[in-house]
This record gives sequence, C-alpha cells and structure tokens, in this order.
Amino acid sequence: MLNKNILMTIAFALAAIILPVFIKAPYHMHILILIIIWAIIGTSWNLLSGYAGQVSFGHAAFFGVGAYSAGILTLHYSLSPWWGLLLGPVMSMLVALPIGAIAFRLRGPYFALATLALGEIFRLLFLNMTNFTAGAKGILIMPAITSKVFYYYAGLGMLALTLLATYMIVHSKIGYYLVSIREDQDAATSLGIPTTLYKNLALLPSAFFTGLAGAFYMNYVAFIDPNIVFSLTNISIMVILVVMLGGVATTWGPTIGAALYIIMGELFRTTLGPANVLMFGVLVCLIIMFLPNGIAGELDIFKRFRQRKKAGLSGGV
Amino acid sequence: MSIFEAKNITKKFGGLTAVNDLSFQVEQGEIFGIIGPNGSGKTTVFNMVSRFYPLTSGEIYFKDKRIDTLPAHKICKIGIGRTFQVVKPLRRMTVLENVMAGAFLRTGSIGKSRHKAEEIINFCNLDKYMHREAKGLPIPLRKRLEIARSLATEPELLLLDETCAGLNPKESEAAIELIRRIRDAGVTIIIIEHIMKVMMGISDRILAINFGKEIAMGKPQEVANHPEVIKAYLGDAYAKSN
Repeated sequence: MLNKNILMTIAFALAAIILPVFIKAPYHMHILILIIIWAIIGTSWNLLSGYAGQVSFGHAAFFGVGAYSAGILTLHYSLSPWWGLLLGPVMSMLVALPIGAIAFRLRGPYFALATLALGEIFRLLFLNMTNFTAGAKGILIMPAITSKVFYYYAGLGMLALTLLATYMIVHSKIGYYLVSIREDQDAATSLGIPTTLYKNLALLPSAFFTGLAGAFYMNYVAFIDPNIVFSLTNISIMVILVVMLGGVATTWGPTIGAALYIIMGELFRTTLGPANVLMFGVLVCLIIMFLPNGIAGELDIFKRFRQRKKAGLSGGV
Repeated sequence: MSIFEAKNITKKFGGLTAVNDLSFQVEQGEIFGIIGPNGSGKTTVFNMVSRFYPLTSGEIYFKDKRIDTLPAHKICKIGIGRTFQVVKPLRRMTVLENVMAGAFLRTGSIGKSRHKAEEIINFCNLDKYMHREAKGLPIPLRKRLEIARSLATEPELLLLDETCAGLNPKESEAAIELIRRIRDAGVTIIIIEHIMKVMMGISDRILAINFGKEIAMGKPQEVANHPEVIKAYLGDAYAKSN
C-alpha cells in the first residue's frame, strides 16, 4: 500500500518534470505556472484549515506580505526580487504570529470572521501606506529572467518542498494533534494537548509557504498592487474553493483542485465571456451536493470502502 | 495515603452557587463515587478538577501538589485523565487514531503510540472496531472509547463522568467490569453516576451532594440509607413516611 503510494508519487513527479517537453506554447506554460502557485497556496491553507480545522478567510494577508516583501526589496533597496523568496516567507510568519495570538482566542466561525477582517486590514493598509508600498499604483519590476520553463521548474521545486513539509507535519505527532483539535477542542485539551501552541504550529508553516508563493508570484508576474495580492475574492476565497474542490485534509487535494480550477477558469472565460463567474457559483453548489469531500476525499472513501469489502469485515460505516 | 484532595472548593456562576464549599479526599487505589440528583454540581466538580472552569475559591491538591493554578492541558500531563458525560469522540478519526491521540502525550513516536494504543484497545475490548471511524460507533462503544482514549494518557487518577448512563443493564455490567479492571491495574478512580445500583456495587466510598453541598459521605450502604440522601432523591414526603 505504502509502496504503491510512493510509486504513484514518483510517477506524478516524473510526469511533471517532462511536461515542458510536450507543452511549449507560452500560454499553456503560463497556465501550468499558475496551477503550481495555486497548489502551493492551497496546500498551505489546507494545513491550517483542512487538518487543524481553523478555517482562514485571510490567507491573502500572507500571500500579499510575501509578494510585497519581494517587491519592496526592489523598489526601495534595488535588490533583486529573488531575495524576496527568502524574506517573504519569514515576513509572512512574523505577520502570522500576532494574527495567531489574536484570532486563536476565538473558535469556529468567529475565528473565520477575525481572519477575514485581518486580510482586509492588510489590503487597506498597503493601499494607504503610499510612501512605503506605492499604494494603488502598485509595484512593477523588470524581471531578469523571462523563460517560462525556468519559472515552471522553480515553482515545481517550491511545490515539492511545500508538499513534503506538509506531508511530514501531518504524518507526525503534530498531525494527529491538529486533527484532534479540529474534531473536538475540549476533548483535545482533556488529552493534554496545548491547543493554542499546536494551532500556531499549523499557522506558521501555512503562512511561510503562502508567503513563498507570494514572493514567487511577484517574481513571475512582475506587477503587484494591493487589490490583486490582498484580494478577498481572488485569493482568500479562491483558495478555499480550490481546496474544497480537490479535497480538504488530503495530501493531493489542493494540487488537484488547483489544476482543475485554473483550467476550468480559463475555459469558462474564453467560452462564456462575462458570465464566467456565474459558473463558479454553480460549481460550488455542485461540489457541496455531490463531492462534499472533494475529489481526493471521495476517492479515499471509495478506496477504503473497497478495502473493507475485500477484507470481508462485517458492519456498515 | 490520599492521592487527591479538594479543600473548600466553590464555584459560582453569577448568582448561582453550583459547588459550595466542598471538601473531600481520595485514597490511592480506591474507587470514589460522587452521587447527587440532577443539577447538584457533580459534573461541575469534574470541570473544576480538570481546569475547564476556574475555581471561585478553594484549593485542589494532587499528590501533595497544588493543581488548581495549572492550565487545563497540564492536568492530563501530571496524571489526571477524564471522560465526558456527553461523549466527545474525535469523530472523523478511527478508534485507533482516537486512542493514539491520547498516547502521544507520553511519546513522540508514531510506532510507540500505535503500539500503546493497540494494547489499550485490546484491554478495553474494542479490538473489533479498531479501524472504524468514531462517528459510526453506537453509544456504549463511544463511552468505552472515551475511557480508552483517556487511559492512553497513562493517568494515575481517572475521572469518569456517567460512564453507564444510557446503557442497558448488560452494557452497564460490561462497563463496571472494565472499571474494576482499570482499578486493579493501579489507577485511582473518581466516578460520577446516577444509577445507584452501579454505585453501590462498585464504589469503596461515596460522596453524596445536593445543591453543590455535601449531604453524606462514607461507605455505600451508609450513604444509601442516609436520610438526607433519601430526601434528596425521593423528596421530603417519602423520607418522612419511612
């Protein structure tokens, strides 16, 4: 069983590595890079909100801080935005610390509302601190590298790192504790789990990798403004839809979700014109009705069902 | 030697005094029962001991160390486990994972935690359901899982909150048998229970409370025949007619 999973992972990795040999059109490469960025954000969000159950509506804060770390290095200090890949994730973690301290006092919907507000606070802050952030004008950089293949592989490496780190966290004591907190915080406390500490242990890596994605986005797209990178609908809410579609609290769900979401988004936009956003509304309804566990989640349930049937165990679920 | 002592503990919720100046000691290795009518403050006592509620006044000692100033998650670490009256299974985790979550308190290794959890699941006769999700279990098994999960944290003192409530007589008997085996394994137990038959058969000593105050304490037979206890359970009229 374990070997099969490892083989599948290697097969996927190989496929991802040789993909640029077959896909050459810049537009298609662009789509692939966007998928990678969204897979990183989704995987990060999934750690905090999927496994630990602390649903965040404010991940744009971490994404934007990562992106602006890279942008501001270039704008004010004339450093290469690539340094942002080091600074961005660290800054996002620093931002996450007070957010955790404030929001983790709250449970369930109240936590979600607090993060929603925090994301918006950052957007307004960056819009109005014009001396520091250039406000709504945004930051435009001249990228030193324009080869899309390069960005593809760089992004792929970061995604691999994110997936590996998340996998290792989830399949350790920390992972068991995070899921326990999600399932019942009082029961978790009664088992001696310091819940606030462990929520932070989910939040910090989540912010770190979201910040990494943000800094990478700045380098790749070369233009950011607060309404793009701190966007409530296009970042914070979108990441939730990506993970819901792919499968909450699954290893591959966010990546699968990102791929389908970006591809569908492009298809809807080219075929439906202005009505494309409508389709996402329909899609959300369909997911909730028919795939409440997301694609990877439903597959897992199906697999377990078959295993149990094979093992001949009696009794229903 | 008394392993646990509550000294003059009081809990007020606004104007309501749920637990009023209550004191008791629990000896190492005994099964100590707490009885009382609905709303008499039994579960509040547990919530005070496990630090889910802060005390209004009073002191709690465990192994001669004061514990009513510790944060809730530390209580389990020092050796006091608890179950909940309204069971709180980790619903989307299997029975094994539930118990492992408890076992992780004393180890960081997945292998060791799993091994420990399997032992405890066997001890609690839950082995048939090891890989079932907790949300699919019927109530008697959920209550048993609650105990198993708590045992995995290696408690020296276990607080059992209405472990037999809602069980039929046969299931109750199995639960009592399990509680006895836990005591025989060296765990001191404080148990809250409504069912007098259960309490009479299992407890070494019983504390009866009403309106948060002690009304009787002693051997089960003494407490059961105590006029104040009969009055609390059956009312003034019945107590007088006897």
